[in-house]
Amino acid sequence: MSKRLVVDPITRIEGHLRIEVVLDENNRIVDAYSSSTMWRGIETILKGRDARDCGLIAMRICGVCTGVHYWTSIKAVEHALGITPPTNARLVRNLIEGSLYIHDHVVHFYHLHALDWVDIVSALKADPYKAAKEAENYSENPWYNSPTQYKAIQERLKKFVESGRLGPFANAYWGNKSYKFTPEQNLIATAHYLEALEAQRWMAQMMAIYGGKNPHPQSIVVGGVTCVQDIKNPARAALFKELLLKSRDFVLRAYIPDIIMAGQVYKDEALNGVGAGLGNYLVYGDFPLDDNPHYKAKLLFSSGIVVNKDLTKVIPFDQSKVTEDVTHSWYKYENTDKPLHPFDGQTNPNYTGFDENGLLKVNEKYSWIKSPIYDDIRVEVGPLARMIVGYASGNERIKNYVDKALKVAGLPLQALFSTVGRTAARAIETWMISDVMIEWIDQLASNAAKGNLDTWTKFDYDKLTKGKELKGYGLTEAPRGALGHWVRIVDGKVANYQAVVPSTWNAGPRDYKGRMGAYESSLVSNITLSNPDQPLEILRTVHSFDPCIACAVHVLDTKGREIAQYKIDPISGGMCYV
Amino acid sequence: MEFFRRDFLREMFIKPTNLIDTNKGKEYYDQLYKKAEERLNWLKSQKPVREDDIKFDEYLSMWDISRRDFFKWVSMMTATLMLPPSFEPLVAQAAEVMNRVPVIWINIQDCDGNTEALIRSSAPTVDELILDYLSIEYQETLMAAAGDQAEKCLEDAVKTFKGQYLLFVEGSIPVKMEYAFTTGRHPETGVQRVRRLAKDAKAVIAVGACASFGGVPAAYPNPTGAVGVMDVVSGVPVVNIPACPANPVNIVGVIMHYVLTGSLPELDSLKRPKFAFGYRIHDNCERRAHFDAGEFVEEWGDEGAKNNFCLYKMGCKGPFTFNNCSIVRYNDGTNWPIGVGRGCIGCSEPNFWDKYATERPVAASDIRPPAIGGVESTVDRVGLTILTATAIGIGAHAVMSALAGKKETITSNKEE
Repeated sequence: MSKRLVVDPITRIEGHLRIEVVLDENNRIVDAYSSSTMWRGIETILKGRDARDCGLIAMRICGVCTGVHYWTSIKAVEHALGITPPTNARLVRNLIEGSLYIHDHVVHFYHLHALDWVDIVSALKADPYKAAKEAENYSENPWYNSPTQYKAIQERLKKFVESGRLGPFANAYWGNKSYKFTPEQNLIATAHYLEALEAQRWMAQMMAIYGGKNPHPQSIVVGGVTCVQDIKNPARAALFKELLLKSRDFVLRAYIPDIIMAGQVYKDEALNGVGAGLGNYLVYGDFPLDDNPHYKAKLLFSSGIVVNKDLTKVIPFDQSKVTEDVTHSWYKYENTDKPLHPFDGQTNPNYTGFDENGLLKVNEKYSWIKSPIYDDIRVEVGPLARMIVGYASGNERIKNYVDKALKVAGLPLQALFSTVGRTAARAIETWMISDVMIEWIDQLASNAAKGNLDTWTKFDYDKLTKGKELKGYGLTEAPRGALGHWVRIVDGKVANYQAVVPSTWNAGPRDYKGRMGAYESSLVSNITLSNPDQPLEILRTVHSFDPCIACAVHVLDTKGREIAQYKIDPISGGMCYV
Repeated sequence: MEFFRRDFLREMFIKPTNLIDTNKGKEYYDQLYKKAEERLNWLKSQKPVREDDIKFDEYLSMWDISRRDFFKWVSMMTATLMLPPSFEPLVAQAAEVMNRVPVIWINIQDCDGNTEALIRSSAPTVDELILDYLSIEYQETLMAAAGDQAEKCLEDAVKTFKGQYLLFVEGSIPVKMEYAFTTGRHPETGVQRVRRLAKDAKAVIAVGACASFGGVPAAYPNPTGAVGVMDVVSGVPVVNIPACPANPVNIVGVIMHYVLTGSLPELDSLKRPKFAFGYRIHDNCERRAHFDAGEFVEEWGDEGAKNNFCLYKMGCKGPFTFNNCSIVRYNDGTNWPIGVGRGCIGCSEPNFWDKYATERPVAASDIRPPAIGGVESTVDRVGLTILTATAIGIGAHAVMSALAGKKETITSNKEE
C-alpha cells in the first residue's frame, strides 16, 4: 500500500517549492517529485535593454544569494566585450563574493537548516553545566561557552514553550524520533542559532563596505567597480578586516564544531549514504586568483565534472555541453523536443496545472523549473560538488581543508556522499573562504597604500557594440552551486539572455529519459520517515541543498502567447507605456 | 518652454522639496502625545499575544542589552519618525507593548530580499528583539514548520487574530497569469491569497519595490502582469514601504508608529510614509556640495570619483527619488549606493527599472519620460513628470555642451 505525501510550502528556503513523495508500507521513500510553483520572467525583461544595465536587474532574481546574478551578468557582458577588470576590481569582487559565502552559509545552516537536526524543545531538559563540558569535545575554545549563558537561553525558551505560542517555532516536529542530539547538544546548537542572528549582521556589513548595501549591493559595473573612495580610505579596509576576523572566529568556534558534532551523532546516516543522490558533480569554477582574462585565470574552486562518485577521474568542463530539457516542465519548445543550449534557449510557458486531486501530474509536466543536462548526464551542483571536484582534481587547498575536517570528525571520505556530507561540505568551504579572504583584504590594502587606485578598465561601449553581434557567458560559483548567464548582444542591446542557475540544476524535474534531478534522486536514497505525518527527513535532505527557488524559475519568452503580444522596440529598450 | 529655462532648472535642483513638515507646531504634538498615551494605556490593559509572556526587562537582559543601548535605539527611532524628543518615553513604552501586535508575513513573487534585510535590521540588537517580541505568527523563510503544519500556523493566526493582525506582503502579485504563483496543498494563487488574508487584517503593509509598485516582475514587458498590493486589495488600509530592498529601519518605523498611535503614519499620494519618503535623496546627499559647485564624476574611477564628486552625470537619480537613505544608510549605517560611488537607481519610485536604473542621466539613456497623467503626476507638489522633464532639460544641456566640447555646469545662486 503506497501513499503519496505532499509537502507544500517547503519553508526555510528562498522561494516556493513543492515536494511530493511516494512512501511504501514501511514509510520508506520510493519515489519523489520536485516542483516549483512561482515564476516571474526576468530574462524577457532583460531583452532589448542596454547590456550594461542587466546586472542590477538580474541581481533581483534572488535576494538571499544576493549579488551572484549581478556579477555573473557583468562578467558575461565583459566576456562578450572582451574586457578584463583591473586587480583592485578583482579583489573587491572576490571580497564581496566571499562575504556573501560566509553570510549565506552561516544563515543557511543556523536559520534555515538547523531545526531539521536540532530539537529546541529537548534543549529545555539539558543540564547547562554538562552542556558547557560537552561543547569542549568539539572545540578547544567554544563560542560563548558558559553555563550562565546556556541557562539564560533555556529560561527564555521555557517561556516560549510554556506560553504555548512558539511564534516561528510553532507546529514543528519536536520530539520526532529522528532527532538524535542529546538535550545538552540541542542546547549548544540552539544557543548558536540565536548567536548567529547577531553574527550574520557582521557578515552583511562586510558586503556593505565595498558593495554599498546588503541585500542587493550596487558597486560593480562593466569594466570594474565604483568604490574607489572606500579602497582609498584605509579605515574601510581595517573595518572590513575586523568584521572578517570576528566572523571567522564564529565559523571556527561555533559553526565548524557544530558540524563535527552533527557528523559524529548522525554518523550512521552518513555512512549509509542517506540522501546521497545522483553521485555526479559539476563545478564551473570561481574566484580568480590572478589577472588573466576571464576563464584563463587560476581559480580557487577548480572546474570540472566527477561522475559516479569516481574521484580518480575529472572531466574538463565545456560550456557548450550545457543544455536544458522541458519534457516535464511547464514550457514547450518550438520546432524541437531536444534539450537546447542556453544560447539557443527558448521558454514558452505551457502550464497544464494539477490533476483532479490537486496533485502533480507526474507523468506529464509538473514544474516551472527546467531540467538541465550536461553532456547527457544529470548532475548535482553546490558546495559538495566543489569539495568533491576540487579533491579529485588534486586542488591542494581544498584537499587540505577536507582532510582536516574529516580527520577531526573521525569520518572516511565516503561519508561526504550523503545529506550529512552535503551540509558538512558547506561548512568546510566557509572555513576555507574565511581564511583566504584575509590574504585578499591585505593585498587590497597594500595596493591602496602603494597608490594603486585603478578600479575600472576604460572602454567605449558604442564603438565596441555598434553594428556588431557579440556573445558572452558569465560562469561563476554561487553559494548554492554552478551559475551561468549566456548573453547575446546585437548593436548594444540584449537580443537573448538565458541563465542556468544552481537550483535549476538541483531542483529540476525528470528529463526526457525519465532520469531524476538531484533533489528527487537524493530523496529516494535510503530515506525512511519515522513519522509519515511529519516530513522532517524530507526537509532535512531538501534543505541540505539550500534551495533557492526564485533563482531556478526566472525565464519567460513572450513569443507566441495569447496573454499579450509585445513588440520589443530596439530603440526604446524598456518602456512601460506601450 | 518653461522647463528648460536655466533659472527654473536651478531652482528645481537646488531648492529642497520638504514634502514633510518637520515641525507641525506645539498644538499638534500635544494632541498626538495625548492620543499616544491613551493608546498605550489601552494596549497595556490588553493581553499579550502570548499569554504569560516575559516582562520586557527580562527580555532585555536575556539579549544582553543594556538599558542604555535601548534608549539609544529609542532616540534613533523617535528621530526617524520625525517626532520631537519629548516622545522618547512613549516610544520606549511602545516597544514594551509590541507583543500585543500579531504579524502575518507572506511572500508572493519575491526574491526574499526584504526578509533578508529585515533579519539584518540595525544595531543595536533591540530591533531584532523588537521583531522577536512582535508576534510573528507566519513567516515562511524563518518558521520551523513546513507543509500542512505551516498552513495550520497561518489558518490559526487568521482565526485567532481576526481583524487585529498586520499583514506584511513581500513580492508582486501576478494578475494576468494568476497561475504563475501558487502555494499550499490545495493550490491557491497569489491574488487569492493576498485578498483572503487582507480581508481580516488591520492593515496591509507592502514591503519592498515589488509589493509596492510591481518592481522587477512588472518591468517592461511585464510578462506575468505583476502588480503591487494596492492594485488588488480594497477596503483595508495599505502602506507602501518601497525600495529594493526596503530599509529595515523604515519597516520597524511603520510598526512602531502603529503601536504608538494606533494609526498608520502620514502617507504621500503613493501611500509611502512621509517620515521616510518625505524628501529626496538629493536634498540630504553627502555629495550635494559638489553638485552645487558643478563638480561631477565623468567616468568610473576618475579623479572626481576619488574625491567624492557628484554622480549625477554617471546616472545618479537622487534628484528624482524620495527616500531617507542619505540619512539612515544601510546595514547599521555602514554604507549606501552613493557612498560606494555608484549613484542612486531610484528604487523607491514606481517603474524605476524602466526609467531610472541605468548608468546614464535620464536624457542620455534611451528611455522616454513617462506619459504625463500617469501615476507620477500625482506625487505631492513635485510632479515626477516635471522632474523627469527637468532632467531631460539638464541632461540634454549636459549632452549638448559635451558635444560642443564645452564643460558647462550648473552653479549655485550667489546671494544677492
